[in-house]
Amino acid sequence: MKKRYLIIALILLSLLSLFVGVSHISPKDLLDFRSEETEIFLISRLPRLLAILLAGAGMSITGLIMQQLSRNKFVSPTTAGTLDAAKLGILVSMLLFTNTSTIEKMLVAFAFALGGTLLFMKILDQVKFKDAIFIPLVGLMFGNILSSITTFFAYKANVIQNMSSWLQGDFSLIMKGRYELLYISIPVLIITYIYANRFTVAGMGEDFSRNLGLAYRRIVNIGLILVALITTTVVLTVGVIPFLGLIIPNIVSIVKGDNLEKTLPHTAMLGAIFLLVCDILGRVIIYPYEISISLMVGVIGSAIFLYMLFRRKAYA
Amino acid sequence: MIQVRELTKAYGNKAVVEKVSVDIHPGKITSFIGPNGAGKSTLLSMVSRLLDADTGEVLVDNNNVKKMKSNEFSKRVSILKQSNFMNVRLTIRELVSFGRFPHSKGRLQADDIQIVNQALDYMDLMSMQHMYLEELSGGQRQRAFIAMVIAQDTDYILLDEPLNNLDMKHSVQIMKILRRLVNELGKTVVIVLHDINFASVYSDRIVALKEGRVVKDGPTNDIINSESLREIYDMDIPIQQMNNCRICVYFNS
Repeated sequence: MKKRYLIIALILLSLLSLFVGVSHISPKDLLDFRSEETEIFLISRLPRLLAILLAGAGMSITGLIMQQLSRNKFVSPTTAGTLDAAKLGILVSMLLFTNTSTIEKMLVAFAFALGGTLLFMKILDQVKFKDAIFIPLVGLMFGNILSSITTFFAYKANVIQNMSSWLQGDFSLIMKGRYELLYISIPVLIITYIYANRFTVAGMGEDFSRNLGLAYRRIVNIGLILVALITTTVVLTVGVIPFLGLIIPNIVSIVKGDNLEKTLPHTAMLGAIFLLVCDILGRVIIYPYEISISLMVGVIGSAIFLYMLFRRKAYA
Repeated sequence: MIQVRELTKAYGNKAVVEKVSVDIHPGKITSFIGPNGAGKSTLLSMVSRLLDADTGEVLVDNNNVKKMKSNEFSKRVSILKQSNFMNVRLTIRELVSFGRFPHSKGRLQADDIQIVNQALDYMDLMSMQHMYLEELSGGQRQRAFIAMVIAQDTDYILLDEPLNNLDMKHSVQIMKILRRLVNELGKTVVIVLHDINFASVYSDRIVALKEGRVVKDGPTNDIINSESLREIYDMDIPIQQMNNCRICVYFNS
């Protein structure tokens, strides 16, 4: 998994993504600045590409941080209740304040995502039986409890249809003006890179971290804040993208190990590539219609996840 | 010198360590021995700040450890706990490099890299520096962790049962390395040991604990005798002198 191959793949797939879609746009059309094609390109195609890149990189990095901090390869926003907590937060913001602005929604959802993840980590501390599979199961149950609370109140308030649009990750609605929140991922990714070494040390456990003079609790909290931030922005703009945070870091870990400073760029790029491939496939399989990204990633991702479970003994 | 003063730790009503005062002499290997549940590991954890004491204090070179910054502390005292299991995929070299973390914060400078190389060399790990920890045998892994501690370059090295799960050959290898660390590099080593004979053969001083209290504390030769051992272990243990080693024959006593 050489970095330069990943970069080449990323560029090629990005170009492909820009020119796949219902309306035909060729690079030549873009030379005319006022053509309809150029407009579609700038309003829809380019934002879509950027959203995919940011969401793909962001979600895989959140998974990586969570796996490192929980010291479990199967923990991710999907399997720790983070996504479900964010959804509950969005519902709460919709019920409490009508006409909420995106920023308000974001803050409430962020608070919930952070709270949910912290609660999960607290549960983890209490669990004596730390089997690699048992912990994500606890997380899934925890997520389902949050999710059923969300469904119940959404049903009561008659917003269940509205909510289900948050359930399905979907890039077809991404346009200029509707994805910019995702740019929050960029500073978050930079901070993650700066803290990479500390996260690696924290991944070796509390005693180990303290031996090396690391403020363990603070690093864990910073990591969870970063996770909640990225998850919230992705859920708010794109919707839920399952499995990404689970499979991408694991694939990179098998090949390149767990030294975050070394593996972060690979993880971010592979996440973006994987999401791009899923998105392009989803757009061409039943052309001119689209299969939503959450379905595509769900199908491909769960297959890879199952494969990883079966060969778990080999590396986890 | 590490001075432990009246250290106490209780869980509920039960005191695991009770008013323990011990001096750790510099440039020596000090072994903590005693029956299971005597409080050896708890004491070591408190000295290394992994665990907060209820009362009492620990002084490292006359500094109260509670008042030391964690980064400063980690440049002076290092600790390896008994469970070095971790499912983090790191190579030996990466692990040893993290020993420089208190000094470099992860941005290795040229002199850090040199120290890492020396540590790898010292532990004879250079040829397998790029192997992942999970691929190693127990003895090799233990050596990798000790190499990390050497790279951390602290005056005091505390080890909690480093011989656990090691076979005879590797146990001897590790103890010889610790001896070299003291003799050649002037380190101070404190080690929790279960096997009394390793304590007898390799340590300069022995601190014996029982039910959370210090029952014996002194040079090895003063402790390794049948009388003291009876007090510590409630067993009659004959001592045999062999090649300048005092061996405790406890197997059939």
